[in-house]
Amino acid sequence: MKSAPPISVKSYIGVFLALLVLTALTTAVAFVDLGGNLNVVVAPAIAGGKAILVALYFMHLRHSSRLSWIFAGAGFFWLFIMIVLTMSDALTRSGFSSAAQ
Amino acid sequence: MSAAQPPPRIHYLNVSYGIRSWLVTTDHKRIAWLYLLSITFFFVIGGLFAVFMRLELLTPEGDLVQADTYNKLFTLHGVTMVFFFLIPSIPAVLGNFLVPIMIGARDLAFPRLNLASWYIYTLGGAFTLAAAAAGGVDTGWTFYTPYSSIYSNTHVALTVVGIFITGFSSILTGLNFIVTIHKMRAPGMTWFRLPLFIWAHYATSIIFVLGTPVLAITLVLVALERLFHLGIFDPALGGDPILFQHLFWFYSHPAVYIMILPAMGVVSELIACFSRKRIFGYDFVAFASLAIAVIGFLVWGHHMFVSGQSVYASMVFSILSFLVAIPSAIKVFNWTATLYKGSVSYDAPMLYALGFIGLFTIGGLTGLFLATLGIDVHVHDTYFVIAHFHYIMVGGAVMGYLGGIHFWWPKMTGRTYPEGWARLAALIVFIGFNLTFFPQFLLGYLGMPRRYHAYPPEFQVLNVMSTAGASILGTGYVIPLIYLIWSLRYGAVAGANPWLAKGLEWQTSSPPPTDNFEITPLVTEEAYAYADAEGENDLPLRKPVDV
Amino acid sequence: MSETSTLIAHQFDDAEQQRESSTLGMWIFLATEVMFFGGIFLGYIVYRSQYPIAFAAASNRLDIWLGLINTAVLICSSFTMVLAVYNAAAAQRRALQTNLLLTIVLGCVFLSIKLYEYHMKFEENLVPGASFAFPAPLAPAAEIFFSFYFAMTGMHAVHMVIGIGLLGGLLFRAGRGWYSPEYFTPVELVGLYWHFVDIVWIFLFPLLYLVGRHL
Repeated sequence: MKSAPPISVKSYIGVFLALLVLTALTTAVAFVDLGGNLNVVVAPAIAGGKAILVALYFMHLRHSSRLSWIFAGAGFFWLFIMIVLTMSDALTRSGFSSAAQ
Repeated sequence: MSAAQPPPRIHYLNVSYGIRSWLVTTDHKRIAWLYLLSITFFFVIGGLFAVFMRLELLTPEGDLVQADTYNKLFTLHGVTMVFFFLIPSIPAVLGNFLVPIMIGARDLAFPRLNLASWYIYTLGGAFTLAAAAAGGVDTGWTFYTPYSSIYSNTHVALTVVGIFITGFSSILTGLNFIVTIHKMRAPGMTWFRLPLFIWAHYATSIIFVLGTPVLAITLVLVALERLFHLGIFDPALGGDPILFQHLFWFYSHPAVYIMILPAMGVVSELIACFSRKRIFGYDFVAFASLAIAVIGFLVWGHHMFVSGQSVYASMVFSILSFLVAIPSAIKVFNWTATLYKGSVSYDAPMLYALGFIGLFTIGGLTGLFLATLGIDVHVHDTYFVIAHFHYIMVGGAVMGYLGGIHFWWPKMTGRTYPEGWARLAALIVFIGFNLTFFPQFLLGYLGMPRRYHAYPPEFQVLNVMSTAGASILGTGYVIPLIYLIWSLRYGAVAGANPWLAKGLEWQTSSPPPTDNFEITPLVTEEAYAYADAEGENDLPLRKPVDV
Repeated sequence: MSETSTLIAHQFDDAEQQRESSTLGMWIFLATEVMFFGGIFLGYIVYRSQYPIAFAAASNRLDIWLGLINTAVLICSSFTMVLAVYNAAAAQRRALQTNLLLTIVLGCVFLSIKLYEYHMKFEENLVPGASFAFPAPLAPAAEIFFSFYFAMTGMHAVHMVIGIGLLGGLLFRAGRGWYSPEYFTPVELVGLYWHFVDIVWIFLFPLLYLVGRHL
């Protein structure tokens, strides 16, 4: 006998509404100049927050085994490695192509 | 036991007959045979491309084939050997056959997915063969842009689609292995009682699932650029050829660990059995496999030292490449320590294992040369690199594969092979291999570039030696093909455990029944619990640790 | 084993092992998908860091309202999907079928809007290739942006189509009474896949539609 994850419909509704609100928020914030390079940080951060909500609640990660957490995290961690090491090259290279701007 | 003849035993090979029973099988052992046939086929094809290359290189002039044709030869040799032979070889054949049995399971976690993996592999192979038949591809197996994405006039899209498809075979196999090893170990089979072959395949599977998808998307982008003129790598638009190289090598470097880790797993099994001793430093070897898999993802930029990559990134990649050599060295030290005061015998599998240790060490050490920025600037794109990776892939991985095939042949077929011929073949392979590839270190150091069909006359002697060696090496590969097939009919019947080895696979019959074991085994001893000189087995039992 | 128990494949010892294995298998598959999409996200990041102005200008040519509607549509579809899993666990067959159908419909709405957007881009000469037109000197990098736009949303759309196909299969089997509180693993697993495809879009939307809107 297996148990369904102990997340109520109410919680699902809450997460659903939160996702919609965050979507509206990220769209609205996009039109505001936050100074410096903050816009570039805020948008992916909000997206990350939405993704975490989907993963924890819709994908039941909150109540899943440690192994699921590890593999869920492994994908993003490896992606992080790929991005960081590649950008270490792209950002420190001199003379990137000047064909366009 | 009555005096009557025992009834004919039903096992996985004779439980059903006919080609259909093989083509719709979900038995991991039969699927292993399907892969064995396919990869042998591609090994022959890839070898044929190499034959033509080495024939061309007998003379300094480009007189056997035109330059364009030579480009296609080395491209197809690389593509076939890397993607359709080496990467599947041990995992798809020996891994598929042994992973469930070694952990005491009836099959892999997802048997139908396993069959699908083979069909996917075959479909991808068909695409690539079609590309070869239609005229081939000349970009090098590395498909560097923008030549591959824009300027080449050969069948790039068809080839990369074939590799893309086959990649899913890898991903699904890796997925299958990981779930199986986590979830389907027999009672008492704790993580640290697992054979090191299993640890090696687990580590390999991590690379399969996290690395191969990046190759997939990279090839998709090249195909999209060729077919729909999307401008992702087009320099005229500001596209970045180095970005392609980052994406390509992010997979293709860990891919070389896909090729070597399973062979290391085989070597651990062989060294233990033929020294009659537990692998020295079991924990270290197990963790070293994981370390190779993880650190192996951090070093890809060492293929790009002269590409225009930032020198700061190059320095980071260089130091990380030195780091990745450490777990490999740890393994070599531990195998050597296992041999010390062991009861060593020199059956054919052991000859391959010992050959592996020597040749892999040479290959690995020359890798350190290449990881050194200053040296690599001079030997990049020369035969030094070619010799380096062939020492590891042929001297290492292929020897490991052959050693494993010989070791487990009695288990897989119920027959033994002729030991005398096998030892002779192993010796011929070893000699032929060194004659083929050692001169190439010298050629590269002296400056002969790779991927050229003509060369300055002063390099001819070494090239002739290399080609001569290749003919010997080829002979060494043909001999086992003959006697292994011969043994299927005429080989002596093997018992359950002809090597008197430890390991669950030797506790069941040869060949095993379809469900591997008559009853699910209960594991009560450590791995490699060989008796010592007094006939005692006093390995302390560990506290069971489970994930 | 009772008659109502789930069919256990022969390689598994019990239903629990089967369910845990399938779930772990799906999470591993999703990790591979993260790396798959991750590769193209990496390419996007590299080029955006090099051509920020061109990327902003190109992004402004996308219809932010259609993008916003599509994002909302997908979030709704994730909601109906998670309700479907809940229904399966609670033996609410009718509701399960309804929510599966709603998820499919919302997925189709998403794809229709996407198709319309592609059509508009074609009309506006923003499809990479010979016909691409954009004010110079930003044109080359803008063409790169649109190459990523079509490649990324196209790859995402392919995954949506596969998802809709899987959902259709679930709907068919739900109608045949395949799922019960004892066995609804396929519904859970397709749900995981669907939510993942939603997560990909959650990242695609700001990266493609919201670049430099404040400029």
